[in-house]
Amino acid sequence: MALSTAKRERIDSLAALASGRTGEIGVSLTKSAFRRLRRNPIAIIGAVLVAIFILVAIFAPLLAPKDPRIFYLLGEVRPNFIPGSREGYPLGVDRLGRDELSRLIYGSRQSLLIGVVSTIIGVVAGMAVGLIAGGFGGKVDTVVMRFVDILLSIPGLLMAITVSLILGFNLYSIMIAIAVTQIPIFARLLRGSMLSQRDADFVLAARSLGVQRRKIVFSHVLPNSLSPVIVQATLSLATAIIEAAALSFLGLGPADRGNPEWGAMLADAQDFLTVRPELAFYPCICIVIAALGFTLLGESLREALDPKFRR
Amino acid sequence: MLRFIVRRLLQLIPILFGLSVLLFVWLRALPGGPARALLGERATPEAIAAVTESLGLNDSLFVQYGRFLQRLVQFNLGVSTQTGRPVTTEFFERFPGTIELTVAALAFAVVVGIPLGYLAARRHGGILDSASVMASLLGVTVPVFFLAYLFRFVFAVELGWLPGSGRQDVRIDGTHPTGFYVLDGLLTREFDASWDALQHLILPGLALGTIPLAIIVRITRASVLDVVNEDFVRTAESKGLATSTIRRRHILRNAMLPVSTTIGLQTGLLLSGAVLTETVFAFQGVGSFIKDAIQQRDYAVLQGFILLLAIVFVLVNLLVDVSYGLLDPRVRVR
Amino acid sequence: MTAPARVATGASTSQPLLRVEDLSVVFQRKRETATRAVDGVSFSVAPGQTLGLVGESGCGKSVTSLAIMGLLPKRGVQVSGRVLYEDRNLLELSDGELRNLRGAEIAMIFQDPLSALNPVIPIGIQVTEVLSRHRGMKGDAASAEAVNLLDRVGIPDPKRRLTEYPHQLSGGMRQRALIAMALACQPRLLIADEPTTALDVTIQAQILELLRELVVGSDTALVLITHDLGVVAGLCDTVHVMYAGRIIENAERREVFYQGRHPYTGGLLGSIPRLDAVRGETLHPIRGSARDAIPWSEGCAFAPRCDNVADDCVGQAPGLSTIAGGHQLRCLHPLDHPPEVAILETIV
Repeated sequence: MALSTAKRERIDSLAALASGRTGEIGVSLTKSAFRRLRRNPIAIIGAVLVAIFILVAIFAPLLAPKDPRIFYLLGEVRPNFIPGSREGYPLGVDRLGRDELSRLIYGSRQSLLIGVVSTIIGVVAGMAVGLIAGGFGGKVDTVVMRFVDILLSIPGLLMAITVSLILGFNLYSIMIAIAVTQIPIFARLLRGSMLSQRDADFVLAARSLGVQRRKIVFSHVLPNSLSPVIVQATLSLATAIIEAAALSFLGLGPADRGNPEWGAMLADAQDFLTVRPELAFYPCICIVIAALGFTLLGESLREALDPKFRR
Repeated sequence: MLRFIVRRLLQLIPILFGLSVLLFVWLRALPGGPARALLGERATPEAIAAVTESLGLNDSLFVQYGRFLQRLVQFNLGVSTQTGRPVTTEFFERFPGTIELTVAALAFAVVVGIPLGYLAARRHGGILDSASVMASLLGVTVPVFFLAYLFRFVFAVELGWLPGSGRQDVRIDGTHPTGFYVLDGLLTREFDASWDALQHLILPGLALGTIPLAIIVRITRASVLDVVNEDFVRTAESKGLATSTIRRRHILRNAMLPVSTTIGLQTGLLLSGAVLTETVFAFQGVGSFIKDAIQQRDYAVLQGFILLLAIVFVLVNLLVDVSYGLLDPRVRVR
Repeated sequence: MTAPARVATGASTSQPLLRVEDLSVVFQRKRETATRAVDGVSFSVAPGQTLGLVGESGCGKSVTSLAIMGLLPKRGVQVSGRVLYEDRNLLELSDGELRNLRGAEIAMIFQDPLSALNPVIPIGIQVTEVLSRHRGMKGDAASAEAVNLLDRVGIPDPKRRLTEYPHQLSGGMRQRALIAMALACQPRLLIADEPTTALDVTIQAQILELLRELVVGSDTALVLITHDLGVVAGLCDTVHVMYAGRIIENAERREVFYQGRHPYTGGLLGSIPRLDAVRGETLHPIRGSARDAIPWSEGCAFAPRCDNVADDCVGQAPGLSTIAGGHQLRCLHPLDHPPEVAILETIV
């Protein structure tokens, strides 16, 4: 297929990991991978970052010094002046006089929400598509994968833009838009995994015994495919957080800017770059930290599951 | 070899077909309907009714799609609601800028990334190796707009070393026969215009190219590490060949295979990233125009631009696939 | 085989070309215990001689050959002892000096011909690169010589093969091509590491025949590494049997096959399935597996699997002692009678 061969191959190689585990139950694999992870410094850093991110999001009301929506110091804002760090406002305020630190803290909620929900949708829908393609094979497989290829032919962000334009300017549209960009990845992943296991000995054995196809798929093939899915899901979470920010930055996403979102904060800060550049950097750094945490975790997961043991 | 190319080209057709269907449906799925979308938000109900009639939007979907395809083939993608000019005109006027930017970014990523990845792999376990791994992990995670801001702020605004916006200094009035500013300067012998355009490419190019750089370093390193352990490298050593010969003909030649396939993938990243980078740097390319179109709800432009960009992406991937066949003889037989 | 008399070990009248003295290789990976892959191995080969190095997988024979060629990784590996090639210790040579020798005077043939060849470069170039490096040949001259070499190793239509890629050739032809590359500069020492293991049985015979043709009557010394006694029987002058990194028995070929005394050698010989065996007769493998080895500091590594084992075998590692002229043995309780190997009458 002329399309995205590299992406395809990368996903397929991840899927091939699953077939190396034929016969093993998914649980024991995760246990040994877990042990290896605990020793890996990158994994630990990633896990710590992710934990911080999640905790901040959950305990935002307790951690934030002020209400993120109130225009406390709006009166002091001028076209070329925004109050900086002072008593009660550790990081200063934004262009509408709202406390920056509180907005950053609450912003984690949006990012976490969007990241998690869109990835879950992407995983579930993608796996469903992949299951259909891989499970039925033949013509169904060809048609479905053609469709997936078409989806893949539009670069990620552009695809997200098209979807969110249809769905309007709200939170759900961003979530679904990002999910749509994830679907092809997980579809290919699962299909690849199923295909590589189709000729595996244990599958042939089960079929020769007359075991139903559905049972084979759900009891054997699926659990073996879980590890690459988990790895990819972690990495996709990181991408989702970044893409959500990018979409907000471009002006898509909830029109109501009351609920702070890092990408939107970044977009708002554009105009005041010369006056208060920190307003652009704070949300950027938060995005980087959150995405980095998931990426490190995902990468070390991938290494932990890689039979080659090579760094 | 030719059959290989032809076969790949043929596989292109259903994709293009699917894309056109997708975007056709998209326009009609927009809130308010296609007529309103094409006319803009301030359209009156009468105008909408008139356009609906004149565009034949009340006809059956099949008929409409037929007309859509017909217009596509004639290169008619509608008219921009912002500027009133044909979408295709807007696209081809701005596309050279984006090409310059993406080429600059890719060149940066490849020229720096491949040697770096190679060295990291050869000095496996050393400082360079660990540093490269860390840096490339970071590089993949950092959002493009962050880098764009960072570079612009530090190097253009604060330090003033390089220009931070636009494609060319407004004071320079260059002639642009091709639309590729750097090239144009060389062609018309206005070398300072060329140089100036080049300077304008540096910061956005670096920002856009950082993520591909990180990916290329990572893949090159992994690939070289794999190849170095292959049996044929050992055979080459046993023949007593010079180190440079082994490096060139045996290690790199094989290690470059996975790297070249990612380059096709990078194009997608680069096109997406261009939207963000061009916005931050006020660089007049396709990307920044898309940003404007989003803000102005210029749906005709969005539909047209995204379709064209998707086609570009598909074609680039095709090119990469074909050239992979040139690099790896094992693939050709298929 | 009734070839003209070949010189046997120990009674050699020509100076040995290669003398391996007390070669040891220790692998030390991070966070793992050190493994002695090769322990005090010594042997020598004279010009025109063929030496067989026999043993199971993992006994260290391949590592020995790589150590001789200097192809072991630098990190995590310690090599000690001496490898004398014409009075020069290969282990002490610089990288540049080694490169000059490799391919030109000392060449190696590897086990898996598909993975041993660069998949993206045509065969012709893989041959001519050796010619250009060591014999300074270029262009048409080099191509012509390459055609000659390919022809000499029995590859049909050699001119066409020059532009073909490894995946377009069959397994046997690939191995021939590798042999051609090894012989391109008429090396004085050839090391063949399991050259036929990855090939079909019929092709195996052809390749061995090819090796024999190329080496017999010439001055080239050949070190043939294999796990297959049948291969050794047809080709080698002297046989060294390796187990767990040590040479446990060595002698001239017939001596080993008919007078083999080490229980391991006996086990190897006795485990060969015989075509004329009575139906239903059980096979006689050596019990245990190669991993049942005692750590080096203590006794004989073969003790856990040995039927002749006694108490002193576990306490101290036996040294190499000479039984008959040229027949050496590392065993405290060798077999009284060598095993029956009647079938080999026809080949040996």
